[in-house]
Amino acid sequence: MKILVPISNVPDTTTKIAFTNGDTEFNAAGVQFIINPYDEWYALVRALELKEAGKAEKVTLIHVGLADSDATIRKGFALGADDGVRIDAEGPDAYFVAEQIANYAKANGYDLIMTGKETISFNGSSVGGMIAGFMDLPLISLATKFDLEGNKATVEHDVDGGTQVVECELPLVISCAKGMAEQRIPNMKGIMGARTKPLTVVAASGSDKLTNVKSYTLSAGRTTCKMIDENNMDELVNLLHTEAKVI
Amino acid sequence: MSVLVYTEINKGKVKKASLEAVNYAAKIAELTGSSATAVAINADAAQLEEIGKAGAKKILSVKNDALASLDSMLISSTVEQAAKAEGSKIIIFSFDITGKAAAPRLAARLKAGFVAGAVDYPTVNGASLEVKKNVFSGKATAVYSINSDIKIISLLPNSFPVKLGDNAATVSDFAVELPASKIVVKEKKSTDVGGMVPLPEAELVVSAGRGMKGPENWGMIEELAKELKATTACSRPVADMHWRPHHEHVGQTGVAIRPNLYFAIGISGAIQHLAGVNGSKTIVVINSDKEAPFFKSADYGVVGDAFTIVPKLIEAVKKFKANQN
Repeated sequence: MKILVPISNVPDTTTKIAFTNGDTEFNAAGVQFIINPYDEWYALVRALELKEAGKAEKVTLIHVGLADSDATIRKGFALGADDGVRIDAEGPDAYFVAEQIANYAKANGYDLIMTGKETISFNGSSVGGMIAGFMDLPLISLATKFDLEGNKATVEHDVDGGTQVVECELPLVISCAKGMAEQRIPNMKGIMGARTKPLTVVAASGSDKLTNVKSYTLSAGRTTCKMIDENNMDELVNLLHTEAKVI
Repeated sequence: MSVLVYTEINKGKVKKASLEAVNYAAKIAELTGSSATAVAINADAAQLEEIGKAGAKKILSVKNDALASLDSMLISSTVEQAAKAEGSKIIIFSFDITGKAAAPRLAARLKAGFVAGAVDYPTVNGASLEVKKNVFSGKATAVYSINSDIKIISLLPNSFPVKLGDNAATVSDFAVELPASKIVVKEKKSTDVGGMVPLPEAELVVSAGRGMKGPENWGMIEELAKELKATTACSRPVADMHWRPHHEHVGQTGVAIRPNLYFAIGISGAIQHLAGVNGSKTIVVINSDKEAPFFKSADYGVVGDAFTIVPKLIEAVKKFKANQN
């Protein structure tokens, strides 16, 4: 049983975002990049736990991006992933990224594909569902608990108004949310071993980009916070009614 | 060539997010010179009427018990069959739990360019649609151009207020052939929100954090929420310490929300929290620390002790509500 974990290379959560080239590109200068937290904390760590429990033989990382994301892939090696594949092409169109990953997964026989619930860069929650679509596999989204007995997965996941527990035979795609696993810190052995783990670079398999970003705009921050005296809650309520018009 | 929109019933009602999506589809139909057709799943006459009032000229009413599980493979297949029957080139979902799973699958199936979580109406540019969405967890927006023949957009909930008019839709039964679901539902656990609007749909939210010092002090937070008819929420540490249930956790790892009004009481405003709430239209911060970073992201701020301020606020809200009646 082999697990494929798609990872995205994203700016660290606390990054101050800036754009370049007439606001058409993200300005990566001086930005610290990390594995998308949902891909790492929930999908990858749970995949590693399954391997450690003897329920999976191998955990492979896959990433669609250029050589500058190799350092991020190696962070996943340091955590314990066995090997990695980088499809040598740029995103961010989700259709393009998902088709690359699906093509690789089909050709190389993975039983379980575990994604994060969304990326913190493009926030689309799209790639997992698209991979499932390309491979005609079931998708269980927003999984918060996951276990395997032989070929049968038992998954708890979020639905409208609650959660449900479902069973599904592999092969399967799941998107992972909080609850799946706890964040890990790589140890020295992992970090040393990460340098020599195999990272295969594969050319993109000529699919199309169906969307493109025309321009970015920084969100206008709130410029002024109107301070209200703690003894004057009537004024606050009045402002919420007459000025903000929200009550 | 109609604009197709997927709608869903939850707890006996058409989901608010679905009505927003129908409004959105009707507007896009207007912009592209066509009309909106809704796909309704196991809806009764009153629910179909409401979908019509939201602007669908036609409704394809699908009755099929297998769809009750909301397996995204089956939902995607249903909408795919409806899109083929209607010849639809533009398909709308809500960016809700079903939309996040079924819309990308359908995009892969139909080779459709897909924008997830649109926050505004698209503009038509020749054969392309240009749509704005939030990126970098709300720190920026991006305008995407969708260039494919078939286009799918999912709408971020609470981007527009729901408008119901007097439109009556033509309803026709629509039979679908579905693949067998591979997912077996063993158990459903419903989250008890005590009659409150679920967080992703809530327009008013009262949220509190570690500043409340302990779960025994949440009475006043619940009372304020009750007076405002708001939904309660909390910060991550509060959920992690089990002071409040996990489904109340808003922020980057919890639920991302964008209500009209967000009260943050005793929450410092870490960037991970802001990432989940910064789309709120109005933010009120109550904090004893005047240097709390949240004040920089607030519209209204009150510095002081929540334990004395919140009771005063409850009284002020009661007085306001009494005067309204």
